[in-house]
Amino acid sequence: MINKSLIGYLPAGFPTVDRGISAMLAMADAGVDLIEIGFPYSDPVMDGPVIQRASDIALAGGVRAADVFRTVEAVAATGTPAVVMLYWNLVEQYGVDAFARDLASAGGSGLITPDLIPEEAGEWLAASDRYNLNRIFLVAPSSTGERLAWTAQHCRGFVYATAVMGVTGARAESSTSAPTLVERLRKVTDLPIGVGLGVSTGEQAAEVASYADGVIVGSALVRCLLDADQPAGEAALRALVTELATATHSARES
Amino acid sequence: MTAVHPFAFEAPLPDSSGHFGRYGGRFVPEALIAALDELTVAYHAAKKDPDFLAEYDRLLRDYAGRPSRLYHARRLSEQAGAEIWLKREDLNHTGAHKICNVLGQALLTRRMGKKRVIAETGAGQHGVATATAAALFGLECVIYMGEVDTERQALNVARMELLGAKVVPVTTGSRTLKDALNEAFRDWVANVDSTHYVIGTAAGPHPFPALVRDLARVIGAETREQFDGLPDAVAACVGGGSNAIGMFHAFVPDPTVRLFGFEAGGDGADTPRHAATLTGGRPGVLHGARSYLLQDAEGQTIESHSISAGLDYPGVGPEHAWLRDTGRAEYRPVTDTAAMEAFKLLCATEGIIPAIESSHAVAGALSIVPELTAALGRPPRIAVCLSGRGDKDVSTAAHWFGLLHDQ
Repeated sequence: MINKSLIGYLPAGFPTVDRGISAMLAMADAGVDLIEIGFPYSDPVMDGPVIQRASDIALAGGVRAADVFRTVEAVAATGTPAVVMLYWNLVEQYGVDAFARDLASAGGSGLITPDLIPEEAGEWLAASDRYNLNRIFLVAPSSTGERLAWTAQHCRGFVYATAVMGVTGARAESSTSAPTLVERLRKVTDLPIGVGLGVSTGEQAAEVASYADGVIVGSALVRCLLDADQPAGEAALRALVTELATATHSARES
Repeated sequence: MTAVHPFAFEAPLPDSSGHFGRYGGRFVPEALIAALDELTVAYHAAKKDPDFLAEYDRLLRDYAGRPSRLYHARRLSEQAGAEIWLKREDLNHTGAHKICNVLGQALLTRRMGKKRVIAETGAGQHGVATATAAALFGLECVIYMGEVDTERQALNVARMELLGAKVVPVTTGSRTLKDALNEAFRDWVANVDSTHYVIGTAAGPHPFPALVRDLARVIGAETREQFDGLPDAVAACVGGGSNAIGMFHAFVPDPTVRLFGFEAGGDGADTPRHAATLTGGRPGVLHGARSYLLQDAEGQTIESHSISAGLDYPGVGPEHAWLRDTGRAEYRPVTDTAAMEAFKLLCATEGIIPAIESSHAVAGALSIVPELTAALGRPPRIAVCLSGRGDKDVSTAAHWFGLLHDQ
C-alpha cells in the first residue's frame, strides 16, 4: 500500500470544514500519497500544542462526525487514500460497527487509533474485518519485542511507528530511536512501516524515507494554516508538501 | 489491626487485564504500556514484600499520623437525628486522605529506580501531598494544575512551591482538572523512563484504579476496626473517587452496610452545570479507562462545574462505575448550596472546618437520614469519610457566605 510514501495529517473542520477540505485537496494535488484526517477531540493526550490549537479551532467551529465523513468522501474522490485518526471514545460513542460502516461508505480506507491497543480492540477488529478497513495501531520505542509482534499482527495497511517518546509536534533533531524501532519491527512483520512524530523538513523526510516505508507529517502542515490566512496558508502548505513529497519519493530510486 | 494488611489485600477485581466488568482497562498510547506493566509488577511485588509493608506502615504512622480517628459527632448527630461518625482523614499530615496514596506511590517510584514524579491536581490537595512525598524522598516534582484552579486555590500553589515542586498552570481546554490530567499524560509519554506519574485518584489506566484503591483502602479498613459493630451506611464524596473507594472497599462484603457516594451536583444535576458523572453521565473512555463520563452525543467531554475544585471532574474511577451498575453502591448528587450548608453546619456544631469536597459527604449523609430511619425503624448509624480539612476553602466559603465585605 505504501512505498516511500508521504502521509500528511490535517484535522477535519480546521479552520472550517470547507477550507479543511480545500487544504487536503491541495495536499493531494501537491503529491501527498495518503491523507490522515484527524477527528478533533476535546482531550487529545497524544497531541502537542500545534494540533491541539487546530483541534480546538475545529471544535469551536462545531465539527461533527458527519463533517469528518464528508471530508473523507472529498479526499477519497481524488483517488488519494484517506484514513481517519481519532481517539477511541469518538468511535465508541458513535457505535463501533456504525462508524466502520459509515467510514467505509464514505470511501475511507481505515483508522489510526492512538489510544487503542489491540487488547481493548475486540469490537474494532471484528468491524474492520466486516467492512474491509485498515487498522493502524501504534508502536513506540518503549514497546517490547513481544508487543511489537503482537501489535503488528493486529495491524492491516501499515504499522505506525512513533519515532520518539512524546507527543506530536515538529522537532529540530531527527530521531535516533526511530531507525532502531523500524529495524526491530522488520523482524516481526512484513507490513509497511510509517514513521511519525517530529518530521517537518524535506531533509528529515528523506532521512526517514531511507529506512521507513512511509513518512508521516502532521504538526508542520497544520502550522502552515495556523500561521496565515487562506490563500497564503494554502500556498505555504502546497510548498511544504511538494518539498516533503519530493524528498520522500526520491528514496524510491535509491 | 486487621489480619490482612489493607494494602496487601487481594481483591477479586479488577481481573488481570485491569477490568471491572466492562469498565477500566487501558486506553492509552502504546508508548505508556511498558511503564504501566513495570508499575503493575512493582505493585504486586511490593504487596508481598514485608520490608515494603513495614516501611509503608512506619510512614503512615509516624509521618502521616495514622490511624486517623473515628469521631462521634454528637452535636451534628443530634441535629441530624442519626448517629454520625466522622472518619477524620482531615487530621492526616497535609490535611487529607491523599497522603496515603502518595506515600505508597513514592515508595514504588523509588523501588522502580525513578527520580522524578509528576502529578495533576484540582483543588491542590493531591499536588501538595505529592510535593510533600517528593520532598521526603528527594524526588524532582512537577505538578500540573489547571489555570482556573491555580487562581481559586492560590494558597495551595504556594504550599507546593514551598515544598520544592514546580507548578505548571495548564492553559488548554477548560483549564481545570481534566486538562491537568491531559498535560500530565503528555509529560509522562515524553519522560516515562525517568518519571513516575502519581495519579491522584482511583482512575486512569490499569493498574492505577486498583493501586490507588489499595493505598486508600486503609480508610475503610480502619473504620471497620474502630466502629462498634457495623454502621448502617457509609458515606463519602466522589470526584475521581479515591476516598470513596477507600472508604467503601472494606465494607463491600457486608450486605447490611449501604454504600453512598455523593457527587458534585453543582447548580443541580438536572442543569448543565454539575460534575455528577455517575448520575448524569454515560459510559465512555477518558484518561485511559472506560467508565462513566460527562460527554456530548458524539463523545466530546463536557466541562464539569462544581464549587469544589477537587470534585470538578467529568470522569470517575471505573470501580465506581462497576459498583453503580451492580447496585452495590448508590450515587447521588449534592448541590453546591447543600454542600455549603453542611460546611457551615459542621463548623458551627463540631468546630470542624471541612473541605468543601468532604462537605458533600456530610450533606449527603444528612439527606439519607429520613429514608434510612424509615427502613430501619430507628435512627441510623452512619460513618462519613471526612476526606479533608477546609483551610484551603476558607476564602471560597467567605465569599459564598458574604463574609468579605470589601470584595
